[in-house]
Amino acid sequence: MQDNRKWVIIGLFTLIGVIFLVRLFMIQVMSDDFKRKAEAISVKTIVDYPHRGIILDRNGKELVVNAPVYDLMVIPKQVAFTDTLAFCKLIGIELEDFRKTWNKVCAYAMEKPSIFLNQISRDELHRFQDQLIAYPGFYINSRTVRHYPHHNVAHALGYIGEVSASALERDSTGYYRAGDYVGISGVEAAYEKELRGQKGVRHIWVDNWGREKGAFKEGAFDTVAVAGKNLVSSLDLELQKFAEELMVNKKGAVVAIEPSTGEILAMVSAPTYDPNLLTGKEASRNFGKLLLNENKPLFNRAVRAAYPPGSTFKTVQALIGMQENVINAQTVFACNKALVKCHYHPTTDLQHSIQHSCNPYYYQVFRRIVYQNKLTQRDSTFEAAKDQENYREGFTIWKRYLDGFNLGRKTNVDLVSEVSASIPSLSLYDNRYGEGNWKFSNIYSLGIGQGEVLTTPLQLANMAATLANRGYFYTPHLVKSIGEEKSIHPEYTKKHKVPVDAKHFDLIVAGMRDAYRAGTVWSQAVNPDLEICGKTGTAQNPHGEDHSVFIAFAPKDNPKIAIAVYVENAGFGGSWAAPVAALAIEKYLKRETSKRFEWLKSHVINKRFILEPAPEPILSDSSSVPQKEEKPQPSPKKADTARIVLKEEKNLERSEK
Amino acid sequence: MKNKTHHTIGEGADSIAILIYFVLVIVGWVSIFASVYDPSQPWFSFSLNYTKQLIWIGTSIVIIILILSFDYRNYETFAYASYALMIFLLLVVMFVGREINGARSWLDFGPIRLQPSEFAKFITALALAKFLVSPEAKPELLRTKVIAGLILLLPVLMILLQNDTGSALVFGTFVVVLYRERVLPEWLLFAGLLMSILFILGLGMKPQSIFYFLVIPILIIAVLVILYIKEKKPLVILAVLGLSVLLIGYIYSTKYIFESFLAPHQQERILVLLNEDIDPQGRGTRYNLFHSKVAIGSGGLWGKGFLNGTQTKLNYVPAQSTDFIFCTIGEEHGWLGSLLVIGLYLSLMIRLLFLAERQRDKFVRIYGYSVASIIFFHFAINISMTIGLFPVVGIPLPFLSYGGSSLWSFTILLFIFLKLDAHRGQQMERK
Repeated sequence: MQDNRKWVIIGLFTLIGVIFLVRLFMIQVMSDDFKRKAEAISVKTIVDYPHRGIILDRNGKELVVNAPVYDLMVIPKQVAFTDTLAFCKLIGIELEDFRKTWNKVCAYAMEKPSIFLNQISRDELHRFQDQLIAYPGFYINSRTVRHYPHHNVAHALGYIGEVSASALERDSTGYYRAGDYVGISGVEAAYEKELRGQKGVRHIWVDNWGREKGAFKEGAFDTVAVAGKNLVSSLDLELQKFAEELMVNKKGAVVAIEPSTGEILAMVSAPTYDPNLLTGKEASRNFGKLLLNENKPLFNRAVRAAYPPGSTFKTVQALIGMQENVINAQTVFACNKALVKCHYHPTTDLQHSIQHSCNPYYYQVFRRIVYQNKLTQRDSTFEAAKDQENYREGFTIWKRYLDGFNLGRKTNVDLVSEVSASIPSLSLYDNRYGEGNWKFSNIYSLGIGQGEVLTTPLQLANMAATLANRGYFYTPHLVKSIGEEKSIHPEYTKKHKVPVDAKHFDLIVAGMRDAYRAGTVWSQAVNPDLEICGKTGTAQNPHGEDHSVFIAFAPKDNPKIAIAVYVENAGFGGSWAAPVAALAIEKYLKRETSKRFEWLKSHVINKRFILEPAPEPILSDSSSVPQKEEKPQPSPKKADTARIVLKEEKNLERSEK
Repeated sequence: MKNKTHHTIGEGADSIAILIYFVLVIVGWVSIFASVYDPSQPWFSFSLNYTKQLIWIGTSIVIIILILSFDYRNYETFAYASYALMIFLLLVVMFVGREINGARSWLDFGPIRLQPSEFAKFITALALAKFLVSPEAKPELLRTKVIAGLILLLPVLMILLQNDTGSALVFGTFVVVLYRERVLPEWLLFAGLLMSILFILGLGMKPQSIFYFLVIPILIIAVLVILYIKEKKPLVILAVLGLSVLLIGYIYSTKYIFESFLAPHQQERILVLLNEDIDPQGRGTRYNLFHSKVAIGSGGLWGKGFLNGTQTKLNYVPAQSTDFIFCTIGEEHGWLGSLLVIGLYLSLMIRLLFLAERQRDKFVRIYGYSVASIIFFHFAINISMTIGLFPVVGIPLPFLSYGGSSLWSFTILLFIFLKLDAHRGQQMERK
């Protein structure tokens, strides 16, 4: 009996021991759950953000740098206020705002740091840094933001911002986390991988109070942050600035390319904005303003606007005609204004048709191309005209040439937002009119770069470069070297030949030389020293006054720069686009504006095609001299800056109403 | 040879028990060292727990020598007197005691703090043993049961008044002793066990499950019992039915009993065991249990190695050198380390039961059972709470946890028994 009870007790003791061992086996050996939980609790992962690569212009001037900004941090629990009002005065905020922020950070976490005031400038910081020590719980944390020392090149460089939710979803590599900064447009986006570098990760032990206690597993899982690569842009900051200045208060685009390399020297989309507006604490507010501005300053017209090329297109038409052997240097057409209207000039041969931009001439050229009126021994237009219903084949051949010139197709410039614009295809007309139901009369305006032909300013600049090179081009690009190793994407060193023989170019180039010297270009914009070869265009469009277009390169032999200029709703190509191009070419070739062009320069700068004030101004640059706005009329007064005092501009607007 | 007087201190004391005692004390000290050691701090300082524990161990050895040197008869002789003194000290501490962690159970003597409730255990055990060996205390008499109950309840009541629930609970372990000595009938023990299990199930299960898995089985059993018994007297049938209705009523009232008899923080401690999802990262009641389980669970089979514990070293585990010392063992030495420690405790307890059973003197046997039960209770509750099998109750792990009062009281508890056992040849038979 006694023994029985003894064994019950021994059994009870042993049972409990066995239960413990089984339970311990379950949580210690059979499951990894607690191992993972332990690491989740005591190992903190710290991401080290590398330095984002900076961007220099082709001459080594800084386009984008990283500037330090300072955040005022607070750990609410450590704060002991004596005089709230004095604190507000010190850091320069209103008591009301202080209360709001204070309540917000307290609601977030009492023991953890929160940002109390973000992106304090260095000057502001210097003002109160020393006195901050009197306020426990507050401290300064520094980080960097993108900064543009020059206030230019907004569109080509683009901007960075917090990665969007949709971009996070698309990121298959899992590199980004919410809150990371990522290039959103321009070079910043196109070269995101190169610029961002590689984030580093450190795993460290943290104790129960959040204090760091050394590396997890001696840093076995840590990676070192790799700094982003610096880029050297092909842009010439001086030229870019100058071109932006010329385009102030205008809508349009300027793209300049070095023909021998395809390097983009300048890319202006007007109106532009100060890229610094999209960094720093006002970024999202400024972005909203820019987005709502009716002149669409965020829209990069250089690569996203599809304009009719207008008469600049005639250069390519002439080349195609010669290559297809439907015209030659001697081909003469009467300036028959019954076909298509024209300006007053003598009857022309091919070279002079470029010089005078004869519309009826190119009506005929295009007609011959599509109808395949091949030249025989003796010019037999009449005979060839018999089989004129075979335009489908001719049209297809014509389009293939334009593909060769990369018109109506993406150039694959290193910008993510480029559009292709368009050159119409047979199917477009088949769909519109029904197969067999459309004739040359439906498409003749393509011959003079109107109608359904649409190209971007970049494509036209590339066309100008092709003309300059007499038959080839390099894909235009904004970055000429990446990182220390000075590499470049291989596609940008590949020579693209157009399907027109080099021998045909000389005639067109000569025509362009004449067009500039003694053709359609306004005489004020002519400087014979520059050896500019150009072609004007006056692009009809549904948005109002014609766009003023000009393509050019210079000098004639061994060209250094090719350029395309669009000034929206400004009328004749010769009167606004050509002066802009001529001034820019001179600036690039001579590095200064000649006496002869001084007047032209201020005339162009002071011309406004946008009547209301340009988007939020660019006035943070202290070096700029505020310039009194001139009435939009030719004036020889000196005007060497595009910076305009907004206030005066507003006054002007009021007085105009 | 038998009549030769003892000259050597501790001669005849059980060497196996003494060996296990020292192994446990050393394991305890090493674990305290591991949980406190911080490489960035000087390793020696009198303010560190492992240095202080060395002092407690040293003084414990002195106590052992003293206990072994005293005449073994004194322990029985002065049992009642010590009991009276203990009650007096428990009264004193209620008025002049120092409050730590909500319990006013500490007496402050300058650098040393003592917890009288720690010493109440062995003194009560001695008093109970002395009472039960008295000729008039026949186990089957109601009077015996009542007086034995009073001897136990008096210190429990005073300790409860000091708000030291953990120490008071320990006295529940005397049920084992009373069971062994036949003061408590067998059925009462099983009834108590059944009631406890039903209480936990009633609290933890959803009403629907209670109906299907408890109420219906009870009714089926009742019907089977009625069918089984031969004499189907109406009174018996009524009794069986009445009992099952009472049981069902009890199950459904557990929630009410729970909520009305336990303080909110006690309710919470129990509820976190039943519901895994309560606030894992929070700083609430769940916190201690969660971090303790994570520390032990992350130890794996072999453990993270001596001084390589993370959850313990980074202070996620609370009270890690005292009540949660087992976390350090589980984390740094894994399941095998735990096996060793649990094996040591089982060996010690079963050895003590064996020693108790070989006594001719009932007094020593009763005291021996008390010692084994008290150690068992601490062992069972302490480890249960660290691995989430029992609500968090602040009681130390015998011989391992840091603390002078605790180590001293367990040392005294154990070595008085070993002293008594050493003299079993000289003792008269009392049954």
